Amino acid sequence: MNILNLFIIVPVLTVCGILLTKDLKQSRLVSAIGMGVQLILAFVLVYMYLAERNAGNTATMLFMYDALWFPSLNIHYSLGVDGISVAMIALTGIVVFAGIFASWKMEYLPREFFISLIVLATGVFGFFISIDLFTMFLFYELAVIPMYILIGIWGTGPKEYSAMKLTLMLMAGSAMLMVGILGIYFFSAPAGTPLTFNLMEISKVHIPIEMQRFLFPFTFVGFGILGALFPFHTWSPDGHASAPTAVSMLHAGVLMKLGGYGAFRVAIFLMPEAAHEQAWIFLILTSISVVYGAFSAIVQNDLKYINAYSSVSHCGLVLFAVLMMNQTAMNGAIIQMISHGLMTALFFALIGMIYGRTHTRIIQEMGGLMKVIPFLGVVYVIAGLASLGLPGFSGFVAEMTIFVGSFQHVDVFHRVVTIVAASSIVITAVYILRVVGILLFGPIKNPHFLELTDAKWYERISTITLVLAITAIGTAPWWLSNMINYSLAPIVERLSAVQITGLF
Amino acid sequence: MNFSDILTMRHELVLTLIALVILIIDLNLHNRDKHLIIPITLSLFFIHTVIGFLPSAPHILFGGMYHTTALLITMKNILNVGVLIILLQSVTWLKKEENREKISEYFILLFSTLIGMYFMISSGDFLMFYLGLELATIPIAALAAYTHHQSKSAEAGIKLILSSALSSGILLFGISLIYGATGSIYFDSIAKVYANTPMQVLSFIFFFTGMAFKISLVPFHLWTADVYEGAPINVTSYLSVISKGAAAFILVILMFTVFNTIAPIYNHILYLIAVLTMTIGNLFALRQKNMKRFLAFSSISQAGFILLGILGGNIMGMTAVVYFVLVYIFSNLGAFGVVSAISTVTGKETMDDYDGLYSTNPMLSLLMMLSLFSLAGIPPVAGFFGKFFLFASAASAGYYWLVFIAVLNATISLYYYLLVVKAMFINKNDKPLAYFKSDLATRAGLVLSCLGIFILGFWSQIYEIINSLTFGIIH
Repeated sequence: MNILNLFIIVPVLTVCGILLTKDLKQSRLVSAIGMGVQLILAFVLVYMYLAERNAGNTATMLFMYDALWFPSLNIHYSLGVDGISVAMIALTGIVVFAGIFASWKMEYLPREFFISLIVLATGVFGFFISIDLFTMFLFYELAVIPMYILIGIWGTGPKEYSAMKLTLMLMAGSAMLMVGILGIYFFSAPAGTPLTFNLMEISKVHIPIEMQRFLFPFTFVGFGILGALFPFHTWSPDGHASAPTAVSMLHAGVLMKLGGYGAFRVAIFLMPEAAHEQAWIFLILTSISVVYGAFSAIVQNDLKYINAYSSVSHCGLVLFAVLMMNQTAMNGAIIQMISHGLMTALFFALIGMIYGRTHTRIIQEMGGLMKVIPFLGVVYVIAGLASLGLPGFSGFVAEMTIFVGSFQHVDVFHRVVTIVAASSIVITAVYILRVVGILLFGPIKNPHFLELTDAKWYERISTITLVLAITAIGTAPWWLSNMINYSLAPIVERLSAVQITGLF
Repeated sequence: MNFSDILTMRHELVLTLIALVILIIDLNLHNRDKHLIIPITLSLFFIHTVIGFLPSAPHILFGGMYHTTALLITMKNILNVGVLIILLQSVTWLKKEENREKISEYFILLFSTLIGMYFMISSGDFLMFYLGLELATIPIAALAAYTHHQSKSAEAGIKLILSSALSSGILLFGISLIYGATGSIYFDSIAKVYANTPMQVLSFIFFFTGMAFKISLVPFHLWTADVYEGAPINVTSYLSVISKGAAAFILVILMFTVFNTIAPIYNHILYLIAVLTMTIGNLFALRQKNMKRFLAFSSISQAGFILLGILGGNIMGMTAVVYFVLVYIFSNLGAFGVVSAISTVTGKETMDDYDGLYSTNPMLSLLMMLSLFSLAGIPPVAGFFGKFFLFASAASAGYYWLVFIAVLNATISLYYYLLVVKAMFINKNDKPLAYFKSDLATRAGLVLSCLGIFILGFWSQIYEIINSLTFGIIH
């Protein structure tokens, strides 16, 4: 049994298991076991992948599995992973596991909640392991639609509005994607040979440049809407703020990375010529995302909105780095995806825990929480420091790699946008330290808060898992970086082969 | 042509036989026993559906007026399965006191239209086509006015018969112009000589207008909402799914065989009408509160998508259309099944009545959600596959902007489908509709729709079989 198939089978079995449960206790136990197994599988996959590479296997994609699905259209159910996918799968495994524990006390319709959450996770896992465009698209849409139910039923605030806006905007993104994918399919082979949806085979073919110019914006923006590309990011603040904790964790932590990964794996990989020509437009948009998101976070008073805008900023940085199209920057982009995924999951988990105690998300109404709930306070400070790029945590590794890689371009345009994007480091520091200062230090605003309880065991599991992962990447990044670099090599080779004809 | 050849008209003969058997049984039953007709008819129709799937060889009968091929048999089988589900859904409603005396009339009228559709699909010339079309249309008007003591139903019947008569007239005028221009009414002969002259293009436009009425394309859709709202819920299901499906089948065949030569011209017309239909269907559906009108406008919008397959102009397009109609039948019947179950038991038909339905009737809400997702084209249900293949066929002919408009329209349609999901799952209601247990037949119909929605997508064999059958159609 191919290990990749297990990544779909285990969640499906977990959902079937939850259908047999009766209440919160049973359903959360089944979910925890199921996603625990999935997490172990993810680590086993990392281990197996590294073992294969050490043994000398140089194939681009490993653990491939292929089943012909629709012969007349040459659609296959094709699976395969390389270093980048393995890293993303590990990220998803960690975040989903942490998310289950963050929802340990979901009282309202718990079975439906966990089922929807795991269906979402299935879609995400499926997207990362597929190498057939049709299958990828199927899993992509599968991952988006449970968001409506999750935010609409279990959310807070203007949840119906946020859920509808999020779902419709993301579906509009997949509308653009559908055009892009169909276009790629019909030019996926020279005339006379059968068309294909397979990523690796399409990457060997040269799609005509006129079609590329038309398809690249569709595909890139289609993925970019999910990756918080300005000006299509507006679903994000309301969506994250209204969503329940685990859903925000999953969404900001993993789903938005689908956008970055897709933009890189499909748009840029398959259409490098158009990517080179049109990169400058999207570089401007993404650097606006980065800076605008950070500035917006400074003026927010609601913890969740601060984190949502912070996610816009960091995910914008991922797209920014991917567009730089050289080895270092793209390496940094992937590390940033993983690093930010863990950090934002941690943030949203903490915000959920704090809200569960203080029943407010407005930072001015809280203060001095470090004295009352020290465990959560310390973890919050750690998360904040990681987010603003303190060395020792993963945020520094990612951002440094991105900016060094981006600055490697010698022309003025690239260097200017790099400087603009790098200014976000300072702005991030401002909003992070502002929140930490108001929320955790200073006088205690509300006397009721003196009776707050600190983190319970399940909350400690959730947060410590994520902190450990962030620190591990921050202090020993080379295992991750090497894994990614190895798989980036063929991609970078393809990109630089066409650089000569690029605009800059 | 001898007797054994006539026996190859299997679908038509068996169904006519069943209709006559029901008539005779009905004449001999007392009023209080009339409900016994229901299980008899259901079993007979089930046998008829099964017989339909038995293999048969292609034949041409009546001097070329009637032909059967594997593809046409498949189309008729698809319609059969749809009608079977509708019959299952109708059982509870027919058992009601006010419908008791008219049970056999319902079945006989329904089967008459179905026989008409069989002939329409199997026609080899315009005369048989027109006979089938009329036979398929007129009894439906009577069905729409089935509950004639309600003014809306009577209004629906009158609207339907008057607009059908007008559009049939226009269609017949088109046919007569075709005869005048080409000298024949046989499809094969016409296909050989059909050319680009103004008279022939004009005749096509008249013909297409008549067909567009049947499929409810814009701007020939104005009868749809009122008729769907006024007719009894099961007649509405039948209209929206079977009547539309049969017309779509024969239209796609004719467009690819008879009118193939003017494809470059009719593509412009189809492009415009597709965009209009999808958009206007969506815009009007946004505002509807009555579930029957809501599903009416949603089905108008879905019909627009069918045109994309015709625009594809190749085997992929034709396969996509047949496959999409099959998926659409199951998805729409799933939605109509839930609406019908609720309407028959509680009489409630507006979206506000569905608020909070999940708390009392979770299975019905789930099936409704899955059917609506299938109509919107969301995985993992079959509607995603149906829409994807339709868009793929249009993209294969280079219509990327049209595909973009179509997918955007699918997103807009998702909005109003989500409104129903919102009502059932998210909106709070102090007095939601009480839990009711549907009877066996309704549940069987709902289970069939549910199974269809899941299996048709993932089991690629079905798409592949249809693909192999369409192979010989296009030259």
